[in-house]
Amino acid sequence: MIVHTPHPNLPPPSTSVGIIGWIRKNLFSSPLNSVLTLCALYIIFKYVPPMIRWTLLDANWAGSTRDACTNDGACWVFIKVRFHQFMFGFYPASEYWRVILAFGLIGALIAYLLIERTPKKSWVAAFTIFVYPIIAFFLFYGGLGLPVVETYKWGGLMLTLILATIGMFFALPFGIILALGRRSSMPIPKALSVVFIELWRGVPLITVLFMSSVMLPLFMPEELRIDKLARALIGISLFQSAYMAEVIRGGLQALPKGQMEAADALGLSYRQAMSLIILPQALKTVIPGIVNTFIELFKDTTLVLIIGLMDLLSIVQSAFADPKWLGFSVEGYVFAGLLYWIFCFSMSQYSQRLERKLHTGHKR
Amino acid sequence: MKKLSFIMVAVFFLISASLAAASTLEEVQKRDVVQCGVSTGLPGFSNPDEKGNWTGLDVDACRAVAAAVLHNADKVKFIPLTAKERFTALQSGEIDILSRNTTWTLTRDTSLGLNFTHTDYYDGQGFMVSKKLGIKSAKELNGAAICIQAGTTTELNLADYFKENKMKYEAVVFDTSDQTVKGFEAGRCDVLTSDQSQLYGLRIKLAKPDDAVVLPEIISKEPLGPVVRQGDDGWFNIVKWSLFAMINAEEMGISSKNVDEMKKSTNPNVRRLLGLEGIKGKGMNLSDDWAYQIIKQVGNYGEVFERNVGAGSPLKIKRGINALWNKGGIQYAPPIR
Amino acid sequence: MPTEDSSQKTAWWNNTHNRALLFQLLLACAVSLFFVFIANNTVHNLDQRGITTGFAFLKQKAGFGIIQHLIPYTENNTYGRTFVVGLLNTILVSGLGIICATIFGFIVGVARLSSNWLVSKLAAVYIETFRNLPLLLQIFFWYFAVLQALPSPRQSLHIGDSFFLNIRGLYLPRPIFEHGFGWVVGALFFVLLAIIIIKRWAGKRQEKTGEQFPVLWTSLALILSLPTLAYFASGTPIDWEYPVLKGFNFKNGITVIPELAALLVALSVYTASLIAEIVRSGILSVRHGQTEAAYALGLRPGKTLRLVIIPQAMRVIIPQMTSQYLNLVKNSSLATAIGYPDLVSVFAGTTLNQTGQAIEVIAMTMAVYLTISLTISYFMNWYNARSLLKER
Repeated sequence: MIVHTPHPNLPPPSTSVGIIGWIRKNLFSSPLNSVLTLCALYIIFKYVPPMIRWTLLDANWAGSTRDACTNDGACWVFIKVRFHQFMFGFYPASEYWRVILAFGLIGALIAYLLIERTPKKSWVAAFTIFVYPIIAFFLFYGGLGLPVVETYKWGGLMLTLILATIGMFFALPFGIILALGRRSSMPIPKALSVVFIELWRGVPLITVLFMSSVMLPLFMPEELRIDKLARALIGISLFQSAYMAEVIRGGLQALPKGQMEAADALGLSYRQAMSLIILPQALKTVIPGIVNTFIELFKDTTLVLIIGLMDLLSIVQSAFADPKWLGFSVEGYVFAGLLYWIFCFSMSQYSQRLERKLHTGHKR
Repeated sequence: MKKLSFIMVAVFFLISASLAAASTLEEVQKRDVVQCGVSTGLPGFSNPDEKGNWTGLDVDACRAVAAAVLHNADKVKFIPLTAKERFTALQSGEIDILSRNTTWTLTRDTSLGLNFTHTDYYDGQGFMVSKKLGIKSAKELNGAAICIQAGTTTELNLADYFKENKMKYEAVVFDTSDQTVKGFEAGRCDVLTSDQSQLYGLRIKLAKPDDAVVLPEIISKEPLGPVVRQGDDGWFNIVKWSLFAMINAEEMGISSKNVDEMKKSTNPNVRRLLGLEGIKGKGMNLSDDWAYQIIKQVGNYGEVFERNVGAGSPLKIKRGINALWNKGGIQYAPPIR
Repeated sequence: MPTEDSSQKTAWWNNTHNRALLFQLLLACAVSLFFVFIANNTVHNLDQRGITTGFAFLKQKAGFGIIQHLIPYTENNTYGRTFVVGLLNTILVSGLGIICATIFGFIVGVARLSSNWLVSKLAAVYIETFRNLPLLLQIFFWYFAVLQALPSPRQSLHIGDSFFLNIRGLYLPRPIFEHGFGWVVGALFFVLLAIIIIKRWAGKRQEKTGEQFPVLWTSLALILSLPTLAYFASGTPIDWEYPVLKGFNFKNGITVIPELAALLVALSVYTASLIAEIVRSGILSVRHGQTEAAYALGLRPGKTLRLVIIPQAMRVIIPQMTSQYLNLVKNSSLATAIGYPDLVSVFAGTTLNQTGQAIEVIAMTMAVYLTISLTISYFMNWYNARSLLKER
């Protein structure tokens, strides 16, 4: 009787496992890939070490004047000296706590809403939408015993965040209305929505900002004076709501027709069907889209520089003109860029995670 | 739902807007602050320091009005404007006075709905070049790249000047004066052109101010002064005479330091200016001591000039044609009587 | 007859149809009232502030110089012409930007999917860096931090005597077409025509017989050979005008001003990072089964990509790409921040400021962008309808 005893499995060849295997598989699998890898390595070794040296190793951190920057690397002293201005603009230093409190509060509220399974979410959401804006208004602007800080003193990162969040705050409801209008069967709301959406989406934000800063005052009655910041916000909100409307329309369209028919069959009115059946489902699917629009808006707020508002980029830019601190524009841009990047990158990561999580329902 | 949005917009407007009275003076008094449009940063004329305090000749023109109207020269809200948006800001009522090194021209005075009050600085367009080039006259600038600020009369003068002298140039246009300086410093252009006073102001923004020279030629007339909206003559008079009061004060030798002493003067001209006799402030609906407040809080024209652009400043511009008419210049104010 | 009963019972304002009508009527009234309100205010304000209105200003002399003009322009031309000059500059930078961004975006997008770990990660770093930074910041960075570090004209970087790079721009030789160049152009046209015919013929032959014809190689050979032959046969009819340093600056030749370069680089780099993501998601959207089926049919990887994957991915890519192109055109208006003379900078900037007629100028500017956008979206809708998956 022949008993077949299989030879015990040999370990895979040492060149296909472990680090070497990984390198072979991922970096040198073909001649073309080897060349590409070598090119990439060259790029990395040529540019990364000098960058690290400039930003960290050779950089100047200590001191408070230009003379403190003796090393070859970046002069972060410049950022340090102007840090408060970059954050708060010309907001009085004694009132900084108000800004920090307002942002801390909204940060906490949003975190509470985003963390899953926290109790009483709807109450917190209602508070965020209806009560918080009032609190924030008094904190930022003043009144109710707090000294008034006029909007022209607002600036820096604070202004950037304010522009983006307020723009979003108004764009969302307005965008929903427009999206519903565009999908309405009634001709007049439909036509108006289409014209509105296509008009704002068809023009650059700069011209919208020009219009709101230069022309809006001519459109309004003489007695009505609208604050410069408010005018920019009107422009941004109108512009943004058109984009928001298209995102939401995408969500509405992705919803199977049966949902609306089922709601009709149950005898729900249009309003009930929309608020109970359609919008909750549609909005859920478009949350990543909304976050992406918000990222776009956040980046676009830099354009207010052109109408003379002092947002983060604008205030960094104006700091370059200080005769005491000439020649540090790269540091300034890197700093501003890093701040923008952190915000945008974390938001886009969040939106991607959400997208994966929501990728279950009605996606065709 | 559409209606809802209209209500929203309306509420938004109400929050951010304030209803204003008909005349600018009443409005300013009610608001208790003068809104003054200035540049985004021009040393000597209107420039904010790190804390956001504004100084300069243009700034003092507004402070004088605040002193006259509100008895407090610090009750001014300075609104930085780019060259592009300055006229609309005034037209739309966002500001009460535009004091932003703005040149008085026929078009601006007649077709923009604005009124120029008086000239607080007689300027002219000049050129600044790098010393290395060894250029002595603007006539040698054929073919040069020239940095200018967008939306200024300078752009037009430059074209005229080069055409007249049959020279060519390359216009590099920037949005703000800061950017023009950066462009000049980096070598994007050979020449920086602007009003000559500004050139001195911009020169100190260079890393090495001594490497640049301002050429002697002045190719245009640039009378700079505060501007107000057309159609409010009362306010127009106040701004105009606030300036005249400062010039008259210098002529009579009244300064912020000796103004209290001068109250004892028997000179009828001095007494009229300080509101001790004569017409006083009634015609302008101001208090009698309006001019006194200006001189006390802001100073006379000479003081303001020296402090901001003259010997007492880093700019060190000579009085030149901006001296009083009886001292070889052309600053001349109508009498207060 | 329950329906009739209920309709008789309900009051007319509770009838859905009537309510819709009433709502629309109210809406139309509200909107028209709003516009009347605005028009009224505007007329009143303009009148009271004595601001000139109308389009007469377009015929007035502009009197300011523009650094880059694709059509002849001097200070003596009108404001109307500044509009055209600005518009052409906008089209130039947008067109170049679209080409660069597409090429670059495709490369990065494919690199992102590369099986080479290092290349894929480098592409990822590129994408995540540039798409998360505001475009305006990138423009400033390229213009004020990178380009202004270039040397002055006298210390230009140069290749021989024909290419110069300095802070004032990039100077290239300008071709001057002499008599006889028509032959070269003619040859080129002839070749293109021939290629189209060959392609049709090859396609038909392949359908009939299954035999393939090397269209690509034939075309390349034709394109390279015939016009070159014509060029030499007609006696080298192109002359080059070289840039020379004269006085302050380089004269002659073609100048690429640094404002254009900075704007172009920023627009391409930024849009490419977005296009790369689109390309990646487009290619990933084609199911893996398609690749497997193609391999099963015996297609080689290159052909699989070209004949199976890309055509299907294009259906996902094209609509998103079009909207990126639209964004690029609109983003080119950021030129005004660094002084590139585009439509917004020249017309809505200097011209607006010199004439003070904000409403007319802004309206014209917006109309231009709106026309471009609507044209492109119209084209996109047409394409979408055509390339829609025909499902049975």
